[in-house]
Formats: sequence, C-alpha cells, structure tokens
Amino acid sequence: MKVSLDPALLRELTPQVLGILVRRGVEFAAAEDAVQEALLEAVRRWPDALPDDPLAWLVTVAGRKVIDEHRSASARTRREVRDHLEPVRGPAEQTDDTLLLLSRCCHPDLTPGSAIALTLRAVGGLTTAQIARAFLVPEATMAQRISRAKRSVSGQPFGRPGEVGAVLRVLYLIFNEGFTGEVDLAVEAIRLTRQLAASTDDPEIAGLLALMLLHHARRAARRTAHDALVPLADQDRSLWDTALIAEAVGILQGALARDALGEYQVQAAIAALHDDAATAEETDWVQILEWYDELVRIAPSPVVLLNRAVAVGSADGPLAGLKALEPLDPALPRYDAVAAWLHEQAGNLTEAARLYAVAAGRAPNLAEVNHLRRQAARLSRA
Amino acid sequence: MAKYLLLKHYNRTSGPDWLPGTNVPMDQWAPEEITEHVAFMQRWADEMSERGEFVDGQALAPEGAFVRYDGEGKPPVTDGPFPETKELIAGWMVIDVDSQERAYEAAARLSAAPGKDGQPIHEWIEVRPFYGEAPVVTE
Repeated sequence: MKVSLDPALLRELTPQVLGILVRRGVEFAAAEDAVQEALLEAVRRWPDALPDDPLAWLVTVAGRKVIDEHRSASARTRREVRDHLEPVRGPAEQTDDTLLLLSRCCHPDLTPGSAIALTLRAVGGLTTAQIARAFLVPEATMAQRISRAKRSVSGQPFGRPGEVGAVLRVLYLIFNEGFTGEVDLAVEAIRLTRQLAASTDDPEIAGLLALMLLHHARRAARRTAHDALVPLADQDRSLWDTALIAEAVGILQGALARDALGEYQVQAAIAALHDDAATAEETDWVQILEWYDELVRIAPSPVVLLNRAVAVGSADGPLAGLKALEPLDPALPRYDAVAAWLHEQAGNLTEAARLYAVAAGRAPNLAEVNHLRRQAARLSRA
Repeated sequence: MAKYLLLKHYNRTSGPDWLPGTNVPMDQWAPEEITEHVAFMQRWADEMSERGEFVDGQALAPEGAFVRYDGEGKPPVTDGPFPETKELIAGWMVIDVDSQERAYEAAARLSAAPGKDGQPIHEWIEVRPFYGEAPVVTE
C-alpha cells in the first residue's frame, strides 16, 4: 500500500543530511546537488516503502550520488571520497548543523536575493520550482540564481559565529516577503529561525524569533476581506493570536534577561508593547519611545529615525513628532506618509491630504498605494 | 529583489553626432548590422538569465489598435490601426534584481546595443518598477 509522503519530514531532514555531508568534507555545492537528488529519489521511493531510519537512508543515497559525480575524476580521488562516505552503521550523527549551513547560505559576499534563494533550498528544503513560484520568476531563472550563489560560496571559509548577523538579516528578509503563493515565506522563516534558536544559544536569535512571532500573531487582522491594509491602530485586536504573543513574550523575556541587547530584541520589545495593548489608545508610547532611543543607540538608520518620529508624535504630541522629522531626508521611503499622519494629528488636514496623495504616488506596493489614496480621499472630502 | 519593466522605444537624444544610430530607420541598416543588433539583445538576455535576473521579454509589432467597451451586447469599439509613431514600444523586458542601481546598470547595458556601423545606439530605455508585495513589518 502506498503511504503519503510528509513534505515537512523531508524539509526537516534536508539540512541534517547536508550538514552531515559537509562535515565529512564534501564540498558544499556538490553536497547540495547530491542532497537534492536524494530527495527526488525519496519522493519516488518512499511512498512504497518508508525506510526505518529516513535520515540514514538519505545520507546513504546522497553519499552515493556524490561518489557517482566523482566517477569521472581520477580513481585516487574516488577512493578518498569513498573512504569518507562509507554508509554509517547505526544512528546518524545528532549534531545540529543549522548555523553552519545558514552561515554558508547567507555569506556576506552574496546579494540578499541570492542568499534568500539558497537558504530556502539548502536549509529550507524547498524545491527550486516552489521558490521560483514564491518569487514570481521562471524556474530556470531561480535555478540559475541558486547555482550562481552556490558557485560563489564554494571554497569560501565557513562562517564564524560573528556572522550570525548576516544569517539573521536574511531570515528577517524572508519573513518580510510574507505570503505570495503556495509557499508561506513568513511561516518558512519562522520555522528556520525556530530551528536555529533550538540549536544555537544567542539572545539575538531569540530576539528575532520573538519579533517574527509578535508580527505573525497579528496577521489575521492586517488585511480586510478585500485585501486592503489595516493599520495597527485600526486592527480588530480580537483577531490577534494571543497564544503566539504569549510564547513570543516568554522568548523575549528570556533573551532580555541575558543582558546582551541587540537590534532584534529591541524591535521585538517594541512589537511586544503594541501587542500588549488591549486597545490602540492604551498603547504605552512612552515606553515604546524609550526602546526607539535604545534602537537609535544600537543600530541607527534613517528608517529607525523615521519610525521613532511616529513614536515621538504619539508620546509627546504631533508637533514634537514633526520636529523629530525635520532633520530627516524627505526622500526616505514612507517619509511623506509619516509626515501626512503627523500633520493630520496636528489638525493640518489640507496639508495632510496633500502629503497622503504624494505618499501614494511614491509607495512601493499597490496595497500601500490604495491605503494612502483612501487616506487622502478621506481628508479631502472632510 | 524587485522587478522592473524595461521598455525599448528606440528614442535617442545623445551619442556622437556623426553616428547615424537610430536616426536611420532599421530598414536602412546593413543586414549584418541588424543581425548584430538582434544578437546583442539575445546576449543581454542570456547574460541576465545566467545571473538569475531575467524574467521575461518580448518584441512587439509596431502596429496596434486601441480597443474599448461600448455597452452590453455591442461589439468592441476599435480605433486604429496606428502606424509606428514616436511613442513606439518596440519591446519589453522584465528583470528581477537586487537594487535600482542594478536595474539601471542592466538598462544602460541594453542601451549600448549596436546600430549602424556597429556603434552603440545610446537609446533611452524606460525603466519602470513593479509594485511589489507589502512587507510584513512596517512599524
């Protein structure tokens, strides 16, 4: 009888198999190719007979693929490889190689787009076709992007712990891609970050995981049935996932107690304060502003200063917010939208309507364009 | 990554004056100049594909029509066909790249396609960003 194959199982095993091969000295690109081929074989064979130890099965088959690949090389090389790849007897190694693999896939030499694609395939266990569909490009384009990425990281020294930052940035970008089709990239990013947090003890990894969960908890409230954006202040908070928020807050508290503050922990703290308010009016903006000041100290950027201006406007009033906006470059993405909101709060409705319209013209996606147009229309009619 | 539409209009306002470039219609080029021009664009697309940045591209016929709805049960209203005008769109390409800077670099490379006498035509490539998805984290 055929059994149905659990895709989650294959995706969980993918990085483990890859990690074992890489640790045994197989070159990264060759190991990744071999793992992909072994997965294809598993998809063909497992429905008829699921092996007792799926991990050991995959390691053996992938190891054989590596040897096959080396057949064209000299006999000497072949023997050396064979020595390394003799199938293991007994349980496969339990060491978790998640960070090792992620540091390779998120190597700072890669562009973000390449690092994301390679991470989703090599560690996420997604197929090239799934990744291509998620990013709305042809499969051949994605295959090329991945193989280029593999070529550029092959032979690079493996990431040191200092490169955790590069890994976290890539995971954060994957999370922010959200949901565009059959693959839920936000969920995938959470899964990978959970896996990393389980194997590597680092408060910033925990901070990023908490940040993702706190945002994910609001997902059901973020869009209307007609897919229009609902800003935080207007969201139906009864739709928020309180269990997820509680879990995230626990993770964040554990991280903060370690006394090694970083940007993700601070962002998570800000998100937690939003999630903690039963109504928008009860939001503790004074504390949020303190966290923004902390963020400016740790990881200053124009975007952080722009978001801080919103917090200033909410904590100390719109005029203070506009003053905080003054030194910033009006060319910043979403500058006009923030300025429009502050002017609206200050009662300058004509100026606010004008700025919302300007912001709509500059917004980078249709959901925001339409949202900002509605804001402009609302004030123009008033 | 972000997607950009690259539009080829064959509009040209710069480049050496002595270079006929696109001021000379393509039907007055030498056959091998046309071949080389087309081959250049194919190489550009291959290069973009090899980098994992090419999404799609097509050449368009110069003549088209405007079509609109004219009420329930009525046949579509058409206007045209219009001959090739200065608003010509000869072709389009969609690329998926890491930055606007990279999109401009790719467009500029495309603009260097050879024309008459094998000299780069310096045509303006219109670059239009696609709207992407709204990010999850905005605060």
